[in-house]
Amino acid sequence: MAGVSGLVRRPLQQVSGLLRRRFHQTAPAALQVTVREALNQGMDEELERDEKVFLLGEEVAQYDGAYKVSRGLWKKYGDKRIIDTPISEMGFAGIAVGAAMAGLRPICEFMTFNFSMQAIDQVINSAAKTYYMSGVAAQHSQCFAAWYGHCPGLKVVSPWNSEDAKGLIKSAIRDNNPVVMLENELMYGVPFELPPEAQSKDFLIPIGKAKIERPGTHITVVAHSRPVGHCLEAATVLSKEGIECEVINMRTIRPMDIETIEASVMKTNHLITVEGGWPQFGVGAEICARIMEGPAFNFLDAPAVRVTGADVPMPYAKILEDNSVPQVKDIIFAIKKTLNV
Amino acid sequence: MKKMLVAAVSRVLSGVSQKPASRVLVASCNYSNDATFEIKKCDLHHLEEGPPVTAVLTRQDGLKYYKTMQTIRRMELKADQLYKQKFIRGFCHLCDGQEACYVGLEAGVNPTDHIITSYRSHGFCYTRGLSIRSILAELTGRKGGCAKGKGGSMHMYCKNFYGGNGIVGAQGPLGGQIAEAYNMAALWKLPCIFICENNRYGMGTAITRAAASIDYYKRGNFMPGLKVDGMDVLCVREATKFAADYCRSGKGPIVMELQTYRYHGHSMSDPGVSYRTREEIQNVRGKSDPIMLLQDKIVNSHLASVEELKEIDVEVRKEIDDAAEFATTDPEPALEEIAHHIYSDNPPFEVRGANQWVKFKSIS
Repeated sequence: MAGVSGLVRRPLQQVSGLLRRRFHQTAPAALQVTVREALNQGMDEELERDEKVFLLGEEVAQYDGAYKVSRGLWKKYGDKRIIDTPISEMGFAGIAVGAAMAGLRPICEFMTFNFSMQAIDQVINSAAKTYYMSGVAAQHSQCFAAWYGHCPGLKVVSPWNSEDAKGLIKSAIRDNNPVVMLENELMYGVPFELPPEAQSKDFLIPIGKAKIERPGTHITVVAHSRPVGHCLEAATVLSKEGIECEVINMRTIRPMDIETIEASVMKTNHLITVEGGWPQFGVGAEICARIMEGPAFNFLDAPAVRVTGADVPMPYAKILEDNSVPQVKDIIFAIKKTLNV
Repeated sequence: MKKMLVAAVSRVLSGVSQKPASRVLVASCNYSNDATFEIKKCDLHHLEEGPPVTAVLTRQDGLKYYKTMQTIRRMELKADQLYKQKFIRGFCHLCDGQEACYVGLEAGVNPTDHIITSYRSHGFCYTRGLSIRSILAELTGRKGGCAKGKGGSMHMYCKNFYGGNGIVGAQGPLGGQIAEAYNMAALWKLPCIFICENNRYGMGTAITRAAASIDYYKRGNFMPGLKVDGMDVLCVREATKFAADYCRSGKGPIVMELQTYRYHGHSMSDPGVSYRTREEIQNVRGKSDPIMLLQDKIVNSHLASVEELKEIDVEVRKEIDDAAEFATTDPEPALEEIAHHIYSDNPPFEVRGANQWVKFKSIS
């Protein structure tokens, strides 16, 4: 039987395959869901489940959300649970902190992460230093993973696809600690297949656990958020040339699942990291440092390489913007350099 | 001079049989040099007296204000078109409807005074001295743009104009931060006019749903304030002159609330009709359009003729079309410039690209 021989060869992968088959018999078929819809579903389910959960932010209620992520929620839950705030980030972030301290579960939405900088004092000083739950936010032009990931007391998650979005927002809401969720606005409208298990109201993605999106043998490629998709594209191209990449979707920035990355590096002997943020003091830098500190260092056949945004303020003109973010060709180039091919 | 004019006009008219020559002749020779208008009295907060309730408009100023407002209007409509054609990307916040605010303000201050504003900045960009070409080319991200294509809609600057700021509150802090700004300005008697362009909505939320008090001109608290009709360019001008004099005389800062209206939604991604009715927008256009109000004043008091104003319209249209042509054909900035101007006054240094093998040069 294919299942048994599979077990002998690749335990982890085949077990999850078995699980998938079992669910397939009893649950509805996989359906296409955009990241936006997944976030909406996740929040809707949690609002229904626990009356202490509420959403506040600019335009989240009557406007259905600036990016339509909270569409329909105000109609369903009303003024007490879905609250439009004035344009006062510092103010309403503070209100969210206070509400959480009093035992509620606020979802505090910053329209773009740049706006959250106005409230960063509340997020870092109040939120991180006290135990409570906080932010969902849309990313603007730059990636704030490194900013928030730097801070003890916060948990930071970064979804790539719809499954990630739904599972992580639900876990974030149920977590008693402040969780910053880095949503990528460009991903909102992208549809992904939502597997049967992710359609359940109890579907949660554990915070602090990475996922191997694509197994491989030659090189470990670690990314979070939108770049995960670019890495998978690069992997497909390279597969035709006989290079098999293992693509890891971090899902959580802090606490980082370094063990999954280490296990992978110990298998492939090569590592590249990919992120949208700037290179200095970033996510990739942290991964490289930790690899050096742990058992995987001795398994590296070449230095680890980082693929990042360019070290410039985000420019406006299209040609400049395109060259400021990591593209598939940059990832392929870095992989080949690392493998010396 | 008069005889020459008569001759020219009759030559032109010889081809046009319908219009009686006499009517046109009277109109072209009898323009007033100036006219006096009554303007709305401003509501006052902590002020004994306010701006005058009459204003004098010269023919020259009338034509200038008309042309400037019409230029801003056409420029914004062109930007709308270019955005829909995808020549302009990112965020774009248009100010059509609010022209009297920008023109009136500039008319009330000196070019050497400093102005800073929010993301709805295109009107100010023009009144402060940027050319239409450089504004539109910046919106389309070309090297002929005022920020060489690197800034876009919210980051345009020129002498004594500090933008264009993307973060709400960065220019004159909102909420808690504005209270801090008011406090320090008043404490240190800074000569500063805090202006609120009250267009009745904060993004998609009506002011009545966002503000405990919508009397923004009073929210400076201990700071005096004025409520101004922002659709009347003369009202704005007189109020600005009054406020500027107040500041310059050392009395300290002052708040000015301009009651105005934007025809477009908050930004190009907001249709602007889910939180307000089309009737409301139509109503404002029909009764309070700033350009229409000025036109009526000019024509009814014989400062200029309808035809003259129409000629200005034609001129403006042409200028905007030229600028749009430039903005869509000018090349994008060169890739080498991606890392330029990160620091000022710095010797050149290397900047990392997407990986350690991609390097750009940074020149100040």
